[in-house]
Amino acid sequence: MNYESVIGLEVHAELSTNTKIYCSCKNEFGLDVNTSCCPICTGMPGTLPVLNKKVVEYAIKAGLALNCSITREGKQDRKNYFYPDLPKAYQISQFDLPLCTDGYVDIDVNGEKKRIGITRIHIEEDAGKLIHSVMGDESYVDFNRCGVPLIEIVSEPDLRSAEEARIYLETLKSILQYIEVSDCKMEEGSLRCDINVSLRPVGSDKFGTRSEMKNVSTLSGTQRAIEYEIGRQSEILDNGGVIEQETRRWDDAKGENVLLRSKEEAHDYRYFPEPDLMPIVVDDEWIESIRATLPEMPDVKKARYTGELGLGDYEAGIIVGNKSMARFFDKCVELGGNVKAVANWLQGDIMKVVKEQDITFDDISFTPEDLNELASIVDKGTISITAAKKVLAKMFETAEKPSKIVDDLGLAQINDESAIEAMVNDVLDKNPQSFEDYKNGKTRALGFLVGMVMKESKGKGNPQIINKMILERLEAYKNS
Amino acid sequence: MKVTTEQIKHVAELARLKLTDEEVKSLNMEAVIEFADKLSELDAEQIAPTNHVSDIYNVFREDVEVPSYDRDDILKNAPAKARGCVLVPKVVE
Ligand SMILES: [Zn+2]
Repeated sequence: MNYESVIGLEVHAELSTNTKIYCSCKNEFGLDVNTSCCPICTGMPGTLPVLNKKVVEYAIKAGLALNCSITREGKQDRKNYFYPDLPKAYQISQFDLPLCTDGYVDIDVNGEKKRIGITRIHIEEDAGKLIHSVMGDESYVDFNRCGVPLIEIVSEPDLRSAEEARIYLETLKSILQYIEVSDCKMEEGSLRCDINVSLRPVGSDKFGTRSEMKNVSTLSGTQRAIEYEIGRQSEILDNGGVIEQETRRWDDAKGENVLLRSKEEAHDYRYFPEPDLMPIVVDDEWIESIRATLPEMPDVKKARYTGELGLGDYEAGIIVGNKSMARFFDKCVELGGNVKAVANWLQGDIMKVVKEQDITFDDISFTPEDLNELASIVDKGTISITAAKKVLAKMFETAEKPSKIVDDLGLAQINDESAIEAMVNDVLDKNPQSFEDYKNGKTRALGFLVGMVMKESKGKGNPQIINKMILERLEAYKNS
Repeated sequence: MKVTTEQIKHVAELARLKLTDEEVKSLNMEAVIEFADKLSELDAEQIAPTNHVSDIYNVFREDVEVPSYDRDDILKNAPAKARGCVLVPKVVE
């Protein structure tokens, strides 16, 4: 039978605040085990959590970027479960009054726009990390991640394929990075998702029973995990079986999922209001002050690049997809630089160095003004593209102005026609055979002569002028 | 309200309490619930609903880092520890 898949994602993103959600310990990935801990984040009895204001602001910022309504009065709740990475035996989360509700995000599925509903966004604390001993029967607990702030973004079941789900996740990731609330480094676990999948016969509008898949932490893994689950469920249904409502665990290395908990074993979280934390009251003024910090969204930016600036869809996509490159590019454009030339430099030679040195465009030693100057020197014909590449390499090293580097290295092109003509005459006099060759159809004689003049000029002659001049002379001889 | 033995056992399981059959039998949960039910006798018609017993709201801290505890101090009360971590029985989810 043909099935339609119905997919919803619960995305957890760690917020890039300086400190944790309920205490002042540093929020940083990769610290030595248990060195960013205090009695609050390790759940010692008698401690009191105090909410980090930035967490609320980042969550609201994400809500605004995802077109949500912002709740006027939110509260926090305890979600109870036992696991050694959760020292309090409950996670502080939000149950019935999340900070943001009813939003949406538009995704681009192979050129077609699709709107995906966002049910809610709430704040919660992350759990610690367990390092399981391979041989022994113990686990080591690292509490550094306990209390790292998270937002959970719950989508409506609007996604219809594994590919759509991956695109949705990519879109969310780029938005969260753009608004600078999360670095979304999937390899560091700062963006993870749980995936709900159900199938229904094509044409049906009733939902089938869904399974929930945990532990998906890469973009490609998301797509593969969903494809696997769709395959698993179709096979069961095709054989006349029924889908059980259960929780499954994705094993990315093996490319399969395994049963984690059946419906009967499902957690009973027994949410109740967190008595140690006060309600969060949000007014218009606060919302507007957060809205004012929102940057231009990626889709709006891309439309501006392809529209107003006339960039191609592909190159616009590349710049928008790299936040620091987009920042550098926007600055160049703002300062009146040659849009196309600057875009080329950034995506080509500059990108290469940025990658090699493992830095971002924010760390480049020269400024957007400098790049505009370089592009303008090339436009004016002062230097050739080949020379410009040398200048750029020097700019990375010394951060000196391009014009100064051109002078210092003596790279200025010879554009003086009378100087070039003298060299052309000289080369043509020494190679009379070339005229005959060209006349007989050996067009490569032209290239040879241009090369000779370039050599004569020590590489500084303007190749366009030389080319034009020699071609005129050869053509004149041919037609005489 | 009747509380069944199964319900008591379920709640005990959720709270990770080991109860003997004797203890389950001797627990008078009905009395506990009845006691709490007293609240519903109150006339709360005129009282606005709240999300917290106190009327304080928006208690925040600024996002400023304060040095954390020394690791040895944090681990001081752990029954078992090794390599800077608390040691627990292996539980793999
Ligand atoms: Zn702490």
